[in-house]
Amino acid sequence: MKGKVWKFGDDIDTDIIIPGRYLVMRDPKELAEHVMEGLDPEFNKKVKEGDVILGGRNFGCGSSREHAPLALIGAGISAVIAESFARIFYRNSINVGLPLLEAPGISQHLENGDEVEIDMKKGVIRKINSKEEYPFQKLPEFMIEILEKGGLIPYVKEKMD
Amino acid sequence: MTMTMAEKILARAAGKKETESGEIVMANIDVAMTHDLTGPLSVESFEKIGTPKVWDPEKIVVIFDHQVPADSIDAANNHLIMREFVKNQNINNFYDVNEGVCHQILPEKGHIVPGELVVGTDSHTCTHGALGAFSTGIGSTDMAMVFSTGQLWFKVPETIRFKIEGSLRPHVYAKDVVLDIIGKVGADGATYKACEFAGETVTNMSVSDRMVMCNMAIEMGGKTGLVEPDQKTLQYVQNHSSKSYEIMKTDLDAPSLENMYIDVDELEPQIACPHNVDNVKGVSEVQGIEIDQVFLGSCTNGRISDLRDAAKILKGKKVNSGVRMLVIPASRDIYRKALDEGLMNIFVDSGALVCNPCCGPCLGGHIGLLGPGEVSLSTSNRNFKGRQGSADAEVYLSSAAVAAASAITGKITDPR
Repeated sequence: MKGKVWKFGDDIDTDIIIPGRYLVMRDPKELAEHVMEGLDPEFNKKVKEGDVILGGRNFGCGSSREHAPLALIGAGISAVIAESFARIFYRNSINVGLPLLEAPGISQHLENGDEVEIDMKKGVIRKINSKEEYPFQKLPEFMIEILEKGGLIPYVKEKMD
Repeated sequence: MTMTMAEKILARAAGKKETESGEIVMANIDVAMTHDLTGPLSVESFEKIGTPKVWDPEKIVVIFDHQVPADSIDAANNHLIMREFVKNQNINNFYDVNEGVCHQILPEKGHIVPGELVVGTDSHTCTHGALGAFSTGIGSTDMAMVFSTGQLWFKVPETIRFKIEGSLRPHVYAKDVVLDIIGKVGADGATYKACEFAGETVTNMSVSDRMVMCNMAIEMGGKTGLVEPDQKTLQYVQNHSSKSYEIMKTDLDAPSLENMYIDVDELEPQIACPHNVDNVKGVSEVQGIEIDQVFLGSCTNGRISDLRDAAKILKGKKVNSGVRMLVIPASRDIYRKALDEGLMNIFVDSGALVCNPCCGPCLGGHIGLLGPGEVSLSTSNRNFKGRQGSADAEVYLSSAAVAAASAITGKITDPR
């Protein structure tokens, strides 16, 4: 995974990621048209396929809406890196195939617009221009496999077949 | 081995004698609730899994509350998806647009009893710990797995036991106590933990008040709220449910237990200020802030006791001409009681707008949305940026009494 960093602060809640009035939709592309619009109405237009969100503490707090990780996927976000994540959002994201990387202290090292590359197997985030590497908490093998299959349902279906 | 309430309930649900925090267990679900907003995604995922029938229709509860009655064709379509699912899967526990908010309907209709493991596709599912159940919010994919298998994996949480002592002063309520706690521990202070509320203040609280406490556990990151069942719990359960139950209590020497002591003797009404629930201040610090809308309702404070508290203050008074006040009872039963007690006359005479039981403006997806620059005082549980409409609006959270007093003056007001 390789992309540009979009940096946000602490406590980015699911109402910011996708406001309640859009939850009547289910299609990730449709949801993506409104992703993060409370903080930046143009966000969906600026973000490119593969880009990465960098959050502070408690990213994804609030509602249990799975529309939140779906909207991020629809916008082309390839991973979310944060100091820490809220519990339900964490589970939902892995379940729908959005990689979440917990990297305490990372906000000091990365800025808006930095190009990064993520090595899931090694558990490092590489800053492309400086070649510096920052570790994140490596995910267990089964979670990487869930993400590779595109979420829990395709993963389970394959196991059942 | 000594265990917390949370550990005991998860051990039972996982068919184990004991378990401890940090362990991952596969547990059997006793109640699985979904609603009109997150239900369609759950059904879509369930269909993707391809299991033809749900594991146990009697354990599934479907409640329409977020967009009721349908306010758009999309919402109506979501209702159609859910009605068809309920019909095809023979789900009898179905509450259509006329009943009320899921976290009031679940206990009111007897679906919750002590010792159960409850999941719902709504983060405020933590409310039901007020009756001594382990109850937590999950996403739609997890719910699809529950629909298919009746099971879900859980990481057994540690417990923070808030030992709350002291007598609440007049016009200070459970909402003020829990806002004070959230302000102290922060929005992520209890992440992944069970939040148990105990102590003399909680013992003296009604079941409704305990629901307020547990409802807000998620606002500090908690996995569930919990209150140890007592005589009041059992009385409530007897009045509402015929299910059998098992009472679990925390062993005070359980290794994963952390205690936090809270004294409420001197507590004044508390207000959560924009745009985070942990941005809590005493009413004396924020009184005078002008408001455009007051929302009395929600799964936090839309119960009969809240309507009574507000009506007492509004009786014979008028809602300020610059303010819109929405009164939304949390269920049809509460609506009925409020009619019988004459509370609705007081609200209507005061100029408040009484709406049908539903989530209302709380989620900013249905009625009563805010425009840019507007300020709302709300008895609900979240004040995130954009939560109740425009991202340029501001939401303050309070008790029902502060909401009513403020509706009269048009500014945040101490009801005392």
